[in-house]
Amino acid sequence: MTNLDELVRQASTSISHAEDLKTLDDYRILYLGKKGQLTESLKSLGQLPPEERPLFGQKVNQAKKILEDLIESRTALLQQAQINQKLSSESIDITLSGRRKELGSLHPVTKTRERIETIFSQMGFITLDGPEIEDDYHNFEALNIPALHPARAMQDTFYFPDNLLLRTHMSPVQIRTMENSKPPIRIIAMGRTYRRDFDLTHTPMFHQIEGLMVDENVSMADLKGILTHFLHTFFETDLPIRFRASYFPFTEPSAEVDVKCIQCAGKGCRICKNTGWLEVLGSGMVHPNVFKFVGIDSERYTGWAFGAGLDRLAMLRYGISDLRSLFENDLRFLRQF
Amino acid sequence: MKISEHWLKEWVNPACTREQLCERMTLSGLEIESITPVAEKFSNVIVGKILNVEKHPEAERLSLCDVEVGKEKILKIVCGATNVKAGMKVPTAIAGAHLPNDLKIAETVIRNITSQGMLCSASELGLTDKSEGLIELPKDAVIGESIWDYLKLSDYVWDVSITPNRGDCLSVMGLAKDISALTETKLISPEIKSVKEKIKDTFPVSIESPEDCPRYVGRIIRNIKADADTPMWMRERLRRAGVRVISPVVDVTNYVLLELGQPMHAFDLDKLNKKIIVRKAKQNEKLELLDGQTVELTSDTLLIADQEKPLAIAGAMGGLESSVTLLTQNIFLEIAYFKPESIARAVRRFKLTSEGCYRFERGVDPELQKIAMDRATELLLQITGGEAGPVIEVSEKKYLPQPKEILLRKSRIHQILKMLISDEKIELIFKNLELDCKKNSEGWRVIVPPRRFDLSLEIDLIEEIFRVYGAEHLPTHNFVAPFKINPQTEKKVSQSAVCDTLCHLGYQEVITYSFVNKKIQALLNPSVTAKELLNPITAEMDVMRTNLWPGFINTLLFNQNRQQNRIRVFEIGLRFTPDNKQEKMLAGLISGEVLAEQWSVPKREVDFFDMKGDLQNLFLLTHAENEFTFKRAEHPALHPGQTAEIFRGDQCIGILGALHPHVLQTLQIIGKVFVFELALDLFAKASVPASAEISKFPEVRRDLALIVAQTISAEEIEKTITDVAKELLKEIFVFDVYQGKGIPDGHKSIALALTLQHSSRTLIDQEVVELLDRVVVTLKGKFNAQLRG
Repeated sequence: MTNLDELVRQASTSISHAEDLKTLDDYRILYLGKKGQLTESLKSLGQLPPEERPLFGQKVNQAKKILEDLIESRTALLQQAQINQKLSSESIDITLSGRRKELGSLHPVTKTRERIETIFSQMGFITLDGPEIEDDYHNFEALNIPALHPARAMQDTFYFPDNLLLRTHMSPVQIRTMENSKPPIRIIAMGRTYRRDFDLTHTPMFHQIEGLMVDENVSMADLKGILTHFLHTFFETDLPIRFRASYFPFTEPSAEVDVKCIQCAGKGCRICKNTGWLEVLGSGMVHPNVFKFVGIDSERYTGWAFGAGLDRLAMLRYGISDLRSLFENDLRFLRQF
Repeated sequence: MKISEHWLKEWVNPACTREQLCERMTLSGLEIESITPVAEKFSNVIVGKILNVEKHPEAERLSLCDVEVGKEKILKIVCGATNVKAGMKVPTAIAGAHLPNDLKIAETVIRNITSQGMLCSASELGLTDKSEGLIELPKDAVIGESIWDYLKLSDYVWDVSITPNRGDCLSVMGLAKDISALTETKLISPEIKSVKEKIKDTFPVSIESPEDCPRYVGRIIRNIKADADTPMWMRERLRRAGVRVISPVVDVTNYVLLELGQPMHAFDLDKLNKKIIVRKAKQNEKLELLDGQTVELTSDTLLIADQEKPLAIAGAMGGLESSVTLLTQNIFLEIAYFKPESIARAVRRFKLTSEGCYRFERGVDPELQKIAMDRATELLLQITGGEAGPVIEVSEKKYLPQPKEILLRKSRIHQILKMLISDEKIELIFKNLELDCKKNSEGWRVIVPPRRFDLSLEIDLIEEIFRVYGAEHLPTHNFVAPFKINPQTEKKVSQSAVCDTLCHLGYQEVITYSFVNKKIQALLNPSVTAKELLNPITAEMDVMRTNLWPGFINTLLFNQNRQQNRIRVFEIGLRFTPDNKQEKMLAGLISGEVLAEQWSVPKREVDFFDMKGDLQNLFLLTHAENEFTFKRAEHPALHPGQTAEIFRGDQCIGILGALHPHVLQTLQIIGKVFVFELALDLFAKASVPASAEISKFPEVRRDLALIVAQTISAEEIEKTITDVAKELLKEIFVFDVYQGKGIPDGHKSIALALTLQHSSRTLIDQEVVELLDRVVVTLKGKFNAQLRG
């Protein structure tokens, strides 16, 4: 009897001191295995007087249960410890940067172009482009700018020896569109344009957007409506818009369009040169002479057109102060967009 | 055009503030660029007369002057100016004067001598940026009078930007007329008296080219004092208009030009031979111009000549020889009307700029010549003295612009402007613009004077109403149109999808100039001749690009010079060929590390397959990626072993490769550089995705490691296997390529993974084994391929 108690005490101590699952299993085999000490003591049952056997058997079974429970709980404990250890060894510094594949981005002028395209497409305008090397007819003549017209001096033009030239504005796209399609026409044209000018505020290549609408009963007031919508959407703020009479050979009446300065809201600042207004667009009603050139009946149809510097719009929108930075392609600059 | 506010107000003086007038003019098309005070405020500067000048005893460059500044008030002033002389009247700053730049004048001791003030130059008074010496005031200046008042310096300069259609506004009178209409203020026309002739001298004038010069008015003035002083008031007005004071005769012609808008020219009569002839030049005739250049004339140049020689390019610039000098005694004054186009032609050809031709080109009032002659004569006689002869006039009426009659319909005004303007208001606008109008059933019959070159069509009058009534009154209207949906095709990859995909692949979009350096372009595309510009802006931009790579080179170098060595860029734009084809290209460049440097990925420089992989991904956008193939190729700017042409079907649509080492060396580029270029439209044709059934049966993967000669391409092997395995082969790819130890010289090991699958049942082992055997046998037969052990 004493032996059994002693065995349980000894085994309990061993089990609760087992440091790993392997040792614990060794103890299980030592005590509870087929040839284990407890199993062996059960074998001695036969040697006992019959009246003591049930009691002894009961005790052995009790002892077995005690040890089994001990082993089970010790196992759970050790397993948990093992998992904890594994987890702690697998812990990482989550503040390290992710394994990034750097993304590129669109040029701010492209971003602006796409934005404008989306705005106008919602009003049913389609986007067109045309050749950049143009002929005199489409760039000047058909736009009511004959050879000796003083307005030619407004646009210093790049020429080629074969009398072709680099388009000075997007208007040739308007001419080509009107030559090739019938009203109603609703288009915008955006692309590269060229003038011989290179200083702080001019680059010899720049971008323009032009819009054209031709239909029955189109008026200057409709032009103001659309441009107001456009500018409010583009700048995401309902700034006051101002129309100023002006002159372009291909539109009449013509108007410059100003918005209240987005920087200072009209108080006067460097961006608006203290006028409180930003000149953003030129516009007007298509000149009857232009309609004559493209074969549209100016009695039946009227139309408006507008033009703006895409680069300027991008600069105002994104706070870019130097036009030339748009074509330097400094990656550090471009990554901001 | 810059003009003095005082001068303008002599002609029209509207009852509104300076700011209101500025806004009114700006909104009506006469944009005010700036309004600037003619001088910064100063005080206590008065007219002084230098009585006596002595050398400063202790300073060689200084003078000691006695200056009379009032009755018996004489100041001792030390002066450093070189033009100081006794008898001269000069602006004198007395003690207590406050000059521009916050300069305060007090009695000071200069080298032991007390100076009781300062004699002033124009720059010291803030009138000019630079000036030489003291301002010499006219003799009639009243001693002691305030200079501020004497020079009428409480004036402003208005800088008005005049659009090319408004030649009629290029003068005080013209501007005043428009302001009068804009502000409904009466025009104050100063009286111009006709000057009676004192002598009978005339000079013969003959016009051989009347269509170019329909009117020529001339006059002889004898015995002038060409070195007289131009009066201060005239000098100041010219200065405020930005016109240089030259000599009284030239100053008067400039003054009348500014006042009335009529250019004129004065010849030295004694240098003219017999008669004035207005004619076209003879080819190769030569003329030395006032600005010193000698031009070779062409037969379409309109000339003013005399019996023997050209005198001037009509309306544009006079010749040097016949010009008026300070020694001139007798002059012949020319005032003509020239047809704008005739002047414009010469201006373009000889690249001339002058106040005169600027106005002639834009149209001068053809009825102004005699009035201007009277005005100029009056002023000249006042300043230089002399005796005027009778006015000579030669004109051919049929070539002179005539008043125009325009019909204006009320309905059209409303159609164009959607503004509601009363008939009375419209009639008032026309009256103020000096346009006669008569009402009729549809609207008005409007008579336009010839000075308004910009008005000839109905729409021109509508514009007048728009701008004078006020652009600010234009209503905002929403155009209503039927719904219409514009086409949305999936058969073309949109440019924005291309851009977005490249951005996701890590490429930064750039925009580079379409004109590039000829030498760099030749280096990067020697087989195509670039189209040259006739008038490039710099030698760095003298030809149109024949591919998009030259711009990338600038970008690469710009960034490498700024320690940005990992470069991945793309651009979409036109390339230009000598036959004037303008093709939209998509191009890219990569250089430097594959990934931005980071802690967990080994560094590796980009290679051919990085760029090829990006392109293969890009081609997925077309849903027709199988149509694209890469073929080994050569290009003079690219590495002969690392170049591929990109085909879509049978058509070559682009190229990619490594820049040739000699190109890198020439351009001083660091590291390897890979470039591609694709014809955008050929690439962008897309298929609408067509869904196919996905097999439910298991896939079987089998790997084959082969040893083949090095020259055998992966593509050939894959194609051969595909041909044998046919539709059972779902996918094939190379997962290893090896050369070196264990592989015979000139050979490589290439390992391929084959994925097999049947569309309607499970494959059995037997058929897989048999298929692979057939594959191996075929590869052996075709390429002598050995299975690797």
